[in-house]
Amino acid sequence: MTQTLQTILARHQSEPTRLLQILCDVQQTFSWIAPETITTVASALSLPRARVEGVVGFYSFLHGDAPCRYRLLFSDNITDRMLGNQALITYLCEKLWVERGRISEDGLAYVETTSCTGLCDQGPALLVNGWAIPSLTRERLDVIAELVLAQTPVEQWPRDLFAVENNLRRADVLIGNLLQPGDALRAALFATSPRGGAAESAANARSWREGLPAAEQGPMDLLEEIKRSNLRGRGGAGFTTGLKWEACRNAPCERRYVVCNADEGEPGTFKDRVLLSTQADLLFDGMTLCAYAIGARGGEGGNGGNGGGSTHGFLYLRGEYRSLLEPLNEVLARRRAARLLGRDILGLAGFDFDIEIHLGAGAYVCGEESALIESLEGKRGVPRNRPPYPVTHGYLQCPTTVNNVETFCAAALVAAHGGDWYRSIGTAKSAGTKVLSVSGDCARPGIYEYPFGVTVSQVLADCGAGETLAVQISGPSGVCIAAPEFGRRIAFEDLATAGAFTVFNTSRDMFEVARNFAHFFAHESCGFCTPCRVGTAILSATMDKIAAGHGTLHDLAEIEGLDRVLNQSAHCGLGHTACNPTLDTLKRFRPSYQRRLKSLVFEPAFDLDGALAAARRMTGRDDAGAHLSMEAEI
Amino acid sequence: MSDTFILDGDDVAFVPGQSVLQAALCAGRYIPHLCYHPEFKPHGSCKVCTVKANGGLGSRYASSCTLPAQAGLEVESATEEMNDLRRTLVQMLFAEGNHFCPSCEKSGNCALQALGADLGVMTAGFRHFYPDRPIDASHPDFLLDFNRCILCQLCMRASSEVDHKHVFVLSGRGISKHLIVNSATGRLVDTDIALTDKAAEVCPVGVILKKRVGFAVPIGQRRFDQRPISAQALDDAPRPSDTISGCAT
Repeated sequence: MTQTLQTILARHQSEPTRLLQILCDVQQTFSWIAPETITTVASALSLPRARVEGVVGFYSFLHGDAPCRYRLLFSDNITDRMLGNQALITYLCEKLWVERGRISEDGLAYVETTSCTGLCDQGPALLVNGWAIPSLTRERLDVIAELVLAQTPVEQWPRDLFAVENNLRRADVLIGNLLQPGDALRAALFATSPRGGAAESAANARSWREGLPAAEQGPMDLLEEIKRSNLRGRGGAGFTTGLKWEACRNAPCERRYVVCNADEGEPGTFKDRVLLSTQADLLFDGMTLCAYAIGARGGEGGNGGNGGGSTHGFLYLRGEYRSLLEPLNEVLARRRAARLLGRDILGLAGFDFDIEIHLGAGAYVCGEESALIESLEGKRGVPRNRPPYPVTHGYLQCPTTVNNVETFCAAALVAAHGGDWYRSIGTAKSAGTKVLSVSGDCARPGIYEYPFGVTVSQVLADCGAGETLAVQISGPSGVCIAAPEFGRRIAFEDLATAGAFTVFNTSRDMFEVARNFAHFFAHESCGFCTPCRVGTAILSATMDKIAAGHGTLHDLAEIEGLDRVLNQSAHCGLGHTACNPTLDTLKRFRPSYQRRLKSLVFEPAFDLDGALAAARRMTGRDDAGAHLSMEAEI
Repeated sequence: MSDTFILDGDDVAFVPGQSVLQAALCAGRYIPHLCYHPEFKPHGSCKVCTVKANGGLGSRYASSCTLPAQAGLEVESATEEMNDLRRTLVQMLFAEGNHFCPSCEKSGNCALQALGADLGVMTAGFRHFYPDRPIDASHPDFLLDFNRCILCQLCMRASSEVDHKHVFVLSGRGISKHLIVNSATGRLVDTDIALTDKAAEVCPVGVILKKRVGFAVPIGQRRFDQRPISAQALDDAPRPSDTISGCAT
């Protein structure tokens, strides 16, 4: 074990910024992170031991509890629930003779749930030691149980268990692009500058002065093109990409970083998984273009290797997409060989840029850009105080551009075809197309790309949804709409979305949907600030209280109060939006709450009469006088 | 002549780089706060110091300990809306931990208790969580009672920034977030904490207690028994007359 651990440490040059990557490797190799391993890692990285322990404790996929050969984590998004994951969890527990949430006595297996794994179009899904298995059925679980009981190493499990479909249903300019690797890059770098030659362009002069590479078309021209396109961030917030890049370019610093946010954790979203599987070159073209525009460059001895400061681009890949790591690394290697990455990209002297992939380890909050940067630095993924913003003080306090996978892909399209072309697609305020992850109650779940402005009812018709009760747009942190609103449009000016489009038909109970989302937020809160840490826990406990038949009007009022507190004072968007699903469904589907409520103003969460049961048993009484009367309810 | 912003209708002078809370305290103006300590870099986790700030882009809520003071900024703090929020946040902290004031050694010296009293918090308001948090009495000089931890990170900041030791660190996430100590056994006795450490005296509640000095001052004569926390905080705040106060003059 010591030897293997030393190999892992050496692979990461014992860099403190690579702590999370080291721990991911340790977890995968030893199936847990033992206390003595924490001590060894801490001393190798010259970090306080408790800091390493604190990082292990933060991420869902790092386990410091006990060794366990097979950790089977069922995705627990509402779509998995709708497809019957609860019965399947019980089924597997029985097959394996394990209790849910407890490692078996022999250390063989552990069965629990995890947040949405991004396989909503082919659920129910689970992760076995981090590797995703979609489309679960009893038959597939029989196979899995046999493999576990036979102690077959996961690497030797049949490949078809892990086969994930792309389910591309509708392509537009992005998914349907015919560009070859590097095309967008060449188009941008070697186009004739509209300003009449790069060397003449005063706007580019600073770049040349700083010794940045001089292509035919300068960085400013590319930046202008991105600004002209009106491209806005696809991660949900919709910040104008050109302005972000420009602010980063203008931030004074020796080093600038490009980071791709592929921590797609919003329940119901899986479009980045498919883009990473099918559009990796377009994405890396986009990141490289960004590097050119903002002036990120490789340092001394930039060989594209790990650490040493030679890598100035990061792809932060969510742990749930572990299986994409090797294919993506192969694409990166191929691009280095083709001089699309590394030193002197496309033969352009001084254009040095490389991309390194960092894995996440099960923390939704790391999708928030400053938390993502903390995680990239090997720390607990806690959102930072802003200002300063990442564009001026990001990775290692250097200017950093963080964009979503889809944003970089779109930027590459803009570079290839021009800003005016891109802006002509979509609506006046929302340029281009949006890739939607459609799942839930529909005949054809999967990936749908539309120009912005498409109506919800159009998407519902295309995906074969019938008797639709509600659609959750952009996941739990987005908005839940009912039938009268299906004429609304997917666009920043109407229904802004990061991509999730979850369909519920009339057989669904929207209270249960909201309860599932409340548990999600409580599980994923980083715990930094009081309102979110405590408020999300109170919200999920209140929803459980209502579900158990003990809810009252007082509880509904308390939820509204919680929403106000979270919006006023939570540290980041997670807290701000945590009550949205509850309030949206309360507003539109109030009866599904009301029929659960007691006709009282207030009822405690505990059962008063039930609490007397032990006393009744001890005294041998069960007469009317030994019970609390239910007068209050009458 | 220094720049000013407006706090509840009055001009407050500030030095560039100061946060709204820092400048307010310098000027003798109290904004309720809990995780802020004048000797450490503010980080804004308790959110008790939240204020409403009206600037160029409309109004927004922000932690005043981390909100940079800016000329012309209009800040609302002593309003019913903000004090309602603060009461709820204090209630949340009481519901989250196990706080039994009558039996607590820190009663009368506890910032959480004092803040609750000052804001008029009468009950926890929410259902108590009753977390299971074992105490650590392993160290000959200290008792750690995690039941009372409000996760303000002051001990953490003191230990790393002043003592350069990292005795206290956070682990877990969400409602399971908790304080841990820097030792392989997880026990305080195996860390290098010392009685002279800054971290040993900075806890605003009753988590880090020195042994053999309990109840040296009788309840009723303690810090917040004499003056409310709002007055104490101003007594403790740096004054413009102090030579190294960092205050605007």
